[in-house]
Amino acid sequence: MRLQYPSNIQIILVPCTGKVDVIHMLHAFEKGADGVYVVGCMEGDCHFNSGNLRARKRVEQVRKILDTINIGGERVQMYNLSSSEGLRFTQFAIEMNERILKLGPNPIKRAADKAA
Amino acid sequence: MIVADRKPVEEIIEEVKDHDKILILGCNECVTVCEAGGKKEVAVLASVLRMHFLNQGQTVRIDERTLQRQCDHEYLEEVRDIIDQYNAVVSLACGVGVQFMAEKYHATPVYPGVNTVFMGVTEERGLWTERCQGCGECILARTGGICPISRCAKRVLNGPCGGSTKGSCEIHKDVVCAWQLIVERLKALDRFDDYEKLSALKDWSTDRAGGPRKVVREDLQDESKDT
Ligand code: SF4
Repeated sequence: MRLQYPSNIQIILVPCTGKVDVIHMLHAFEKGADGVYVVGCMEGDCHFNSGNLRARKRVEQVRKILDTINIGGERVQMYNLSSSEGLRFTQFAIEMNERILKLGPNPIKRAADKAA
Repeated sequence: MIVADRKPVEEIIEEVKDHDKILILGCNECVTVCEAGGKKEVAVLASVLRMHFLNQGQTVRIDERTLQRQCDHEYLEEVRDIIDQYNAVVSLACGVGVQFMAEKYHATPVYPGVNTVFMGVTEERGLWTERCQGCGECILARTGGICPISRCAKRVLNGPCGGSTKGSCEIHKDVVCAWQLIVERLKALDRFDDYEKLSALKDWSTDRAGGPRKVVREDLQDESKDT
């Protein structure tokens, strides 16, 4: 099964989504990412028990922060799937890509370009 | 430890909005343990502020630094050589650190980045509860190691009061009655007779009623300063 997902998505591998901290997501936005989504295992199936649950809470925190500073909380999203679901992986990628294209570029990037 | 909670980012933005060179200063002690003002929280706040100001079209320099402590001269001295580069500091230390920082560096405004809440324990990650109010005269020997000053809503010294119901305090069913705990603990220690001994009136002059407090230990003080 060779599935295509949008080529503008950069995948960062982590051992568990529990490793993904608020600061990692913020730094991605600070460096100009237009959107960030975290794809973890199904809830209840985390090999480390609660890694994906922590990730979800952190994604929610980042969402609130982005809303507060007018960057847009919708730019960050948590998804869950099991490791055999390649099709869902591409669906998430397409869904997120469409959402971000609709929202437009990260306003930080525009502001930074202007300042430069 | 001293337990603090994060301040809403909107409030911090309001504090520093007129400055363009800001140092976010964390503390490696209590506020790191309660995840309110350590290196990690410094990084998050700095990142949020950088993005906010950029988004507003403002050029603001935001730097990060975390000291071992902000309640001791020697650690605060570590920023002496850089402090003039900033026109504001947001200290994520407890209120003690914020004040000591402000006392030391008169020319730079220091803003609090956390709300300092109490002295307490980590019951579990993400849950901290109060244990001590620093009343200045510890009575824990008499109360089975459970403090009615910090844990009883009325600071009752010969409790429980009439509001104690099934182990809960009358202020809320989720608040454990400290005196219920004391009674159970004295029983478990086979010291229930002690419960019958009435506590005398407490001398509150060692608490805040006596004004700001200090501890003086002449045996530890530097002799050379006396002469
Ligand atoms: S119910 Fe217990 S904890 Fe609450 S005020 Fe009365 S004695 Fe104190």
